Amino acid sequence: MSNEIEAIKDPGLPAHVHRRADTDPKAALKAERQVAILFLLSALGTLTLIGSYFFIPQDAFIFFPVLGNTNAHQLFLGLGMAASLFFIGMGAIHWAKTLMPDEEVIIQRHEFRSEDEDRADLIATAKAGAAAAGLGRRSLIKRSLALSLGLVGLSPLILLRDLGPLPGDELKKTSWKAGTRLVTDPGDRPIRADDLEVGAVAQTLPQIGEGVHRKLSDIGKDAVLLIRLRPEEFNLDAERLSWTHEGIIAFSKICSHMGCAVALYEQQTKHLLCPCHQSTFDVTRAAKVIFGPSARPLPQLAITVDSEGYLIAKQPFSEPVGPSFWERSS
Amino acid sequence: MTASERIAGTVANYVDERTGAAKWMKKNLTKVFPDHWSFLLGEIALYSFVILLLSGTFLTFWFDPSQREVIYDGSYAPLKGLEMSAAYASTLDISFEIRGGLLMRQIHHWAALIFMAAIVVHLMRVYFTGAFRKPREFNWIIGVGLLTLGIVEGFLGYSLPDDLLSGTGIRIAEAIIQALPVVGSYLAFFTFGGAFPGEAFIPRIYTVHVLLLPGAFLALITVHLMLVWYQKHTQYPGPGRTEKNVVGYPLFPVYMAKAGGFFFIVFGVTAFLGAVASINPIWLYGPYTPGQISAGSQPDWYMGWLDGLVRMAPPLETYLFGRTISWNILIPGLIVPGILFTGMALYPFIESWMTGDKREHHLLDRPRNAPNRTALGVMSLTFMLVALINGGNDIIAITFDLSINQIMWFSRIGIFVLPPLAFVITKRLCLSLQRADRDLVLHGRETGRLVMMPHGEFVEVHEPISPEKAWLLTQHEQNPPLALEEIDLRGVRRPGVLKNKLRARLSKAHAVAIPKVTAEDLKAIENH
Amino acid sequence: MKRLSQFRRHRIVAPLLLVLALLSIGTTFSIAGAATGEPITAAERSALIDEGQRIFLKGCSSCHGINLEGSAIAPALIGVGAASVDFQVGTGRMPVADMSVQIARKDPVYNEKQVEALAVYVASLALGPEIPGEEHLNYERDGSTAEGGELFRTNCAMCHNFAGQGGALTQGKYAPTVMGVKARHIYEVMVTGPQSMPVFSDKTITPEEKLSIIKWIKAAEAEPQLGGASLGRVGPVTEGLLVWTLGLGLLVGVAVWLAMKAR
Repeated sequence: MSNEIEAIKDPGLPAHVHRRADTDPKAALKAERQVAILFLLSALGTLTLIGSYFFIPQDAFIFFPVLGNTNAHQLFLGLGMAASLFFIGMGAIHWAKTLMPDEEVIIQRHEFRSEDEDRADLIATAKAGAAAAGLGRRSLIKRSLALSLGLVGLSPLILLRDLGPLPGDELKKTSWKAGTRLVTDPGDRPIRADDLEVGAVAQTLPQIGEGVHRKLSDIGKDAVLLIRLRPEEFNLDAERLSWTHEGIIAFSKICSHMGCAVALYEQQTKHLLCPCHQSTFDVTRAAKVIFGPSARPLPQLAITVDSEGYLIAKQPFSEPVGPSFWERSS
Repeated sequence: MTASERIAGTVANYVDERTGAAKWMKKNLTKVFPDHWSFLLGEIALYSFVILLLSGTFLTFWFDPSQREVIYDGSYAPLKGLEMSAAYASTLDISFEIRGGLLMRQIHHWAALIFMAAIVVHLMRVYFTGAFRKPREFNWIIGVGLLTLGIVEGFLGYSLPDDLLSGTGIRIAEAIIQALPVVGSYLAFFTFGGAFPGEAFIPRIYTVHVLLLPGAFLALITVHLMLVWYQKHTQYPGPGRTEKNVVGYPLFPVYMAKAGGFFFIVFGVTAFLGAVASINPIWLYGPYTPGQISAGSQPDWYMGWLDGLVRMAPPLETYLFGRTISWNILIPGLIVPGILFTGMALYPFIESWMTGDKREHHLLDRPRNAPNRTALGVMSLTFMLVALINGGNDIIAITFDLSINQIMWFSRIGIFVLPPLAFVITKRLCLSLQRADRDLVLHGRETGRLVMMPHGEFVEVHEPISPEKAWLLTQHEQNPPLALEEIDLRGVRRPGVLKNKLRARLSKAHAVAIPKVTAEDLKAIENH
Repeated sequence: MKRLSQFRRHRIVAPLLLVLALLSIGTTFSIAGAATGEPITAAERSALIDEGQRIFLKGCSSCHGINLEGSAIAPALIGVGAASVDFQVGTGRMPVADMSVQIARKDPVYNEKQVEALAVYVASLALGPEIPGEEHLNYERDGSTAEGGELFRTNCAMCHNFAGQGGALTQGKYAPTVMGVKARHIYEVMVTGPQSMPVFSDKTITPEEKLSIIKWIKAAEAEPQLGGASLGRVGPVTEGLLVWTLGLGLLVGVAVWLAMKAR
């Protein structure tokens, strides 16, 4: 197609160059020895592995530059294994390269396309088969088969239904109720407003009954971060300000982007940073997103104190916590 | 005939009488494989897969894929007495109670990283040399499928130990599922058997990780290899190599010894890494709980680009009729990767459409001789690299004293600016290299020797290059762009003018080349 | 305490506090005693205060003001307490060498004695968190590693990384590594919340829990490499880097050798 202009000629496969081992028996012997040495090194590796397995205690340590003070059992077990495998490979390849024939071989490719005759035969066979089965005529069979095959595909979908419950309003609610005390995580101790100095943070969870097991799926929605600022540092509307208590503000710790725990609080800038995708929230402005991929502020939990002075939730979260989902309204 | 020969003969006879294997074996043992280091990249992936099967099987003997809560009572003191899932506890036990368990865990994880890296470099080799062209388009698609499966399989494996890092990864995966319009929260609840994290996820993904996906891998790899076998390997151009032949070494014994040996090398190197370098030290991460997080929470590298895209996404959500669409998750998490991978899978067909080339190709292209393709490849890699860098922006920031905000802005702008820039630069570079090839064939090699001419001028002596080299530099085809007339022979406008215009433009861009040296050019020079 | 901390940054209260503090010198023996672990006499104490004042006027007052009132470039030090001074000066963060986004740890400019004098001087002017005494820092005896790890992962790891190696914050700021920091300084840092770091109150993380955290940090610091080179203990990023360099490098190297014709 393009070679109307005369191209430079293919000089053909260059003449074969013999290796030293092909012509010099001494070189061949040397190569043979090298291969044998490589295989022996592999055997040595296996012995190291066996020795390390049985004789190096699991709590033995050895210092190596770069690695540091390393577990000797694991290190020598691994090095032995590495050597036992690596040198088998080296030996085999060296053998193949130096002693096995290295004369280039040329074979011809075949065309993938079938002969026209074969193609025609196939088409005839297929047509004959289809005609014999009555595929073209018996449309009742065809349609009912299509229907049944289509329906059969549904059954695995149906059978998988019980993989889990329907979400219901699970994504929308948390364990926080009006009056729930905030307790430390870990430790489960209730917190008084006085317990936090300005600039202090506390990781908290809702209080649960003594001996009740806290489920991870609850922590995944309930985790709350308490931060104490000076009240005048807030830049909140009246409602949100009323959700704080003496400069203490509470946010859901579950990121509104993808649900990581947002707890990197920078005391000087009053910014919260999510370590997963670096959404940054301004605490003084009700966790408004000021950087990163999150589209929504962290939900704020309204807090106050109870008669004993312990911090409690004033009301449940006013919006679902955590990442967005289809049924979420804003 | 020696005794062993007699025994071998008997066995061979027994088998052949029942299978007729001799004919097939005879044909295939003499099959020829071309030798080039870049043809071994796919083998690295294949062998890593075998290593993964072996080491993975070892791990299953002790791993307990359950999210049942247990109290840890093993030998790693800093976690003693803590509540954790049985999955995490048994991973600790594999690491500290089972001799060689930690080694196997590390080999398994290193092998997974090597597997993915080898797939990517193999893919790059196939792409840049044009090995995906007819008749190998099916194998290209299978390869893209294997890459995709590999990412999923790797992520599931990373998730199984239920440590703080992997739990964070699952949390993010759950958020992506949950963000799907209409079905998101239902799918999430079905996947996790209820609210995240629940107790069902790890047992479920365990089955997928050790049974379903490895099975799919085995099937796809088998087809992949059978096609390579049947279609015979491509080869690099060179003297004596044509579209009709294969030049190389026979399967038996040379290639078998080399390939077999290379398996042991790959296993050995993986074991070496497992011995000397710690990977996924889950005992330091601690057990997963949704209330905890570590700075620098990253996925493994093959997911890093995805994480980087998610990080740089704009904070966009749409609220309509009481429903939420999270563009900040859907675009970087599903739409962009979907476009990238679909485009990649379809590329062989796109290129053949652009060039109109429907012929078989068994001789590989030198990347410089397909400037458009090479530039597109480098452009895609640049895109991935920017995304990957952003995926590690926090680690980069703290290591090089930079700001995550700066890196993020660099990535946000760079992801749009750098790939096209890479395209332009690469294309020009390819054409320059073509020009250099042309000069080399026409004027020979610069020797560095200066000779003074009689009239005092200094000239450098050029040595003519060998005929083999000259052939290598000029053997490639240079096809003119498609001639797509808007009006057909009868003077009627063809349908689909716009499509044809686009095709013609693309075809023209694809055909840009520095004219290669012809025999006539050489003759002209000689006569000069 | 709470009221105090709320008001301590008000300019108006500064002189008031100063007077109050000077009056209460005699009653605050324990502050000075805590730093050395042994009681000192009133005379020694006032000598320390004098020494501290001398150092302060020479090395600190140009930024922090003659009366600790602060300036445009440096915060007021009234009420920051001895713990804060001991941490900032004892870890070399103060005096500042260069005014970048964050003040980094470096070799301390002042020796232990001078740091103590400075701390006593600053604390003598207004109350604040005290330097924990050695007897309060027996983390080996009073702490629990496992509990400390849990606390660390909940309260510290988000900034300082799972193994205390440090991590990035916004705008080029960072949480430094907690490896190689004295137990006393770790304690002080939790109580005072320097720079970007928030305060961790004694009520939400009790002193015993703080000791547990320190014990865990010290255990992490001393932990040998259980699985080979640690790669910085920063997670999958360095692992990926190693696989693409050493791992693939070795394998491709062997592949090149394999395909090379033997001579």
